Amino acid sequence: MVEAIQPPAQATYWFVHGRLLFLIVDLLGLASFAWIMAKRLAPLFRGQRDPRFDRPLVRLGRLLKFWLGQWRHPRYLAAGLIHILLFAGFIVLVVHTGFLLALGTSERPNMPGGVYAAISDYAVTVVFLCMMIAIVRRLLKPARYAVPARYGKAHTADAILLLALIAILMAADSIFEGAQAASQWQQRLPVDALAIGSLPWVLRNALLSAPLPALANLYLGAYLVHELAFFFLLCYRPFGIQFHVETSLFTVYFAKLDRGTIKPVRWGVPDAQLDQVKSLGVKTFEDFTWKHMLDFYSCADCGRCSDQCPANAVGRPLSPRFLTIKARDYSFRHFPVFGSAHNGHALVGDIYSEDEIWSCTTCGACEAECPLLVEYIDKIVDLRRGLVDDGKVPQSLQKPLKALETRGNPFGKMEKKRADWVKAIPQQACSAQTLNGDHRAETLYFVDSITAYDDRMQAIGRATARILHAADENFGILGAVEKDSGHDVRRFGEETLFMALRDHNTEAIKESGVKRIVTSDPHAFNALKHDYRDVPPVEHISQFMARAMADGKIRLNPVESGQVYTYHDPCYLGRHNGVYDAPRAVLDAVPGLQRVEMRRSRDRSFCCGGGGLALFYEPTENERMGVKRVQMAAEAGANVIVTACPFCMVNMEDAIKVAGMEGKMTAIDLAELVERQMTN
Amino acid sequence: MEILVCAKRVPDTSENEIELNGDGDIDRDELVYSVNEADNYAVEEALEIVERTGGTVTVVTVGGDEDEEILRREMAMGARQAVLLSDDAFNGSDGRGIAAILAAFVKKGHYELILTGVQADDGAGQVGGMLAAMLDCPFASLVTSIEVLGGGKLKISREIEGGNKEINEIDLPCVLSIQTGINEPRYVGMRGIRQVASVPIPTLGKADLGVNGYAGEAAARVKRMDYFVPPAGKGAEMLTGSQDEVIAKLIDLLKAKGGLQ
Repeated sequence: MVEAIQPPAQATYWFVHGRLLFLIVDLLGLASFAWIMAKRLAPLFRGQRDPRFDRPLVRLGRLLKFWLGQWRHPRYLAAGLIHILLFAGFIVLVVHTGFLLALGTSERPNMPGGVYAAISDYAVTVVFLCMMIAIVRRLLKPARYAVPARYGKAHTADAILLLALIAILMAADSIFEGAQAASQWQQRLPVDALAIGSLPWVLRNALLSAPLPALANLYLGAYLVHELAFFFLLCYRPFGIQFHVETSLFTVYFAKLDRGTIKPVRWGVPDAQLDQVKSLGVKTFEDFTWKHMLDFYSCADCGRCSDQCPANAVGRPLSPRFLTIKARDYSFRHFPVFGSAHNGHALVGDIYSEDEIWSCTTCGACEAECPLLVEYIDKIVDLRRGLVDDGKVPQSLQKPLKALETRGNPFGKMEKKRADWVKAIPQQACSAQTLNGDHRAETLYFVDSITAYDDRMQAIGRATARILHAADENFGILGAVEKDSGHDVRRFGEETLFMALRDHNTEAIKESGVKRIVTSDPHAFNALKHDYRDVPPVEHISQFMARAMADGKIRLNPVESGQVYTYHDPCYLGRHNGVYDAPRAVLDAVPGLQRVEMRRSRDRSFCCGGGGLALFYEPTENERMGVKRVQMAAEAGANVIVTACPFCMVNMEDAIKVAGMEGKMTAIDLAELVERQMTN
Repeated sequence: MEILVCAKRVPDTSENEIELNGDGDIDRDELVYSVNEADNYAVEEALEIVERTGGTVTVVTVGGDEDEEILRREMAMGARQAVLLSDDAFNGSDGRGIAAILAAFVKKGHYELILTGVQADDGAGQVGGMLAAMLDCPFASLVTSIEVLGGGKLKISREIEGGNKEINEIDLPCVLSIQTGINEPRYVGMRGIRQVASVPIPTLGKADLGVNGYAGEAAARVKRMDYFVPPAGKGAEMLTGSQDEVIAKLIDLLKAKGGLQ
């Protein structure tokens, strides 16, 4: 009589009892994993404070959406679907794998059967196939996987090893089950049902006629391979791009909730005490918050951030992907698994260059794309704060910063000329009065520097004032008292100057007694909405216009035929504040207006080149972002680019000239367009 | 090395519109001031020398209480100490008078290297040279790089016509006037200035310094009579025609004005 094949726990491997062998493997594997994790967590405890334990229900909801629901994955369809399948497979296999591991050390536990067994058979199969496809993709490499020489070497071999290990895990699992079922069949024992068409099922059928001793060896060998591969993978993942398997749950749960905002310089330190803080911003690795360190661990190196990054697209020395990868490599080097931590080196000058840190326009394309919700803008701003604190500010930015300090605008223009743009409005058309003791109004039009002083952008100011007037809005301006909103002063790392500008404007706004604020500048809009505290609610003029048109307060003449319009989403209106529909509603309400969408629109909008201080920064780049953008508009078949931000206007009009598209393409602000078409 | 930098507070040319009032003087009510640009480069250069070879940087200015703000800014940049030379008797000094006040201060210390800006935005570029003469020190102007050689010598380069450079060796102690562009001055924000807001700045007067008779209005031999704002010119001349025509006209114009040979 042939003996039934023995379960791994009762088998003998080279004179060692299976249970003892697997007990040792389990304990060694778990102890190694615990040691490695402790070492990986160590820098997080040395990182800065970062309160991420609030609003648990919101966080849970986002966990279900972005982690369990893999919400952002289909944005890259092929890779996304593969990932969704293997993620689902992994989730299914958690229980299965638990039971399988337990088999090594205990009397045969009852592996879950029935429907779950069938699903896990398919899950093993799907994960195995996905790994095969993923390995091929790593070899064929979509363009975004490439590693430019300046960012180091590609980790292709490592990535393939990790994928292959998972494939081996799945194969071993399937062989184990297939061999077991085949031997049961040969011995006329009750056969564990295997899902038709699954990998274990295929293997069982292939092994049906194999000799029983061979089956027994295959069965036990597969189990050993599975066990070793499992623990090797568990302990190897924290050294590379698959670490996100362990960390993603936490990264997504603790992800930043409030878009459009910038983290405080130090959590828990009130503004008034910032002067006492010795060093501002991120200079060394330990200046990052624990969550930002966790982000570094969680990056899966998928390259979507950099694929979307406009700075990367025009050849600036910045790639969000490598901002993370370089920090992770740094952390692995300086907080090693074996040996003691050695930290304290300045990051800029070592792994980062100054130009890299200043190259970001804070457009947020990377953050809108990352499936793991890794944050970039706060890190860039923190690194800039560190540079500013050390006096390392590019010469091109020092003059505008100084002018912001002394004159309240980056151009160094006189304060008393801040409301001069109003003078060109015909008296009967509208009056934009300065709010003071004599003049009070319900609504404040916050103009901000570029619209107030730049000859071209003043037209946007006048159009906005005319629209507010036409819609019977009781409004006024702060005039010479207004200072720059400081939006980009903050994002360029000069927190102290930003606070001075914010405090000044807050005081002036409160004194004016207004109940609402309207602005035509998305940067001011974002600042007033997210950076300022205790100011009245703020609206962008596009939102105001959409409402006024719906209420019939503004009526428009038809546009001339022959023009094709496209709307360019300003980053601080769209991505950072979700205002996508109001400007489009305004455009679609213009009689006869033909509108097309660009390939990159809404949350994938392509930054024009950046606003605020970004206008003054002189980057190293192959071409202008704006040039790429006007080319996208032309590709879409448009000959008029409509935007809703004065900085976009600067960049678009420059880009049209640089691209040699004068006469073929024009740019107009949404407010200018509406004012041009108004019947009243 | 103990380095002294002489700095001046001037109206910031990039942030002001110069207008004359009825008295023929500049309307100063709404001017904003900053440290003279070339002096700021001099302070940065001094700080970089000290970072490389050790020592201290002291910044000095001649003026009134309002001039303290530039001293604070330079201290926020990294200068160890600042001194204000202020006395009613200094008012109305000409360049020679200012140089005499500074020379009196220098003699009270042990400075090996004295830097000034190449000239002040509202000045005449004369103080550095006269200061060197009064101290009987070697002087070099328009300095665009400094290298400490040791043995009490510096290797410096000076800007000469056409962007060319002349390399010199100069003995310490000496006075150098620093050209803009010699380095990239570090940024100083409000935070830095606030952090040195309570550091005391000693003020020295005529009696403390023992200034000779050159200081003050009475001793001045150069006196400002008036300011003159040139009338705006015709503006740009726009060349019209095809691209080739425009190029031909431009070349003719450049030749006519001596820009091309």
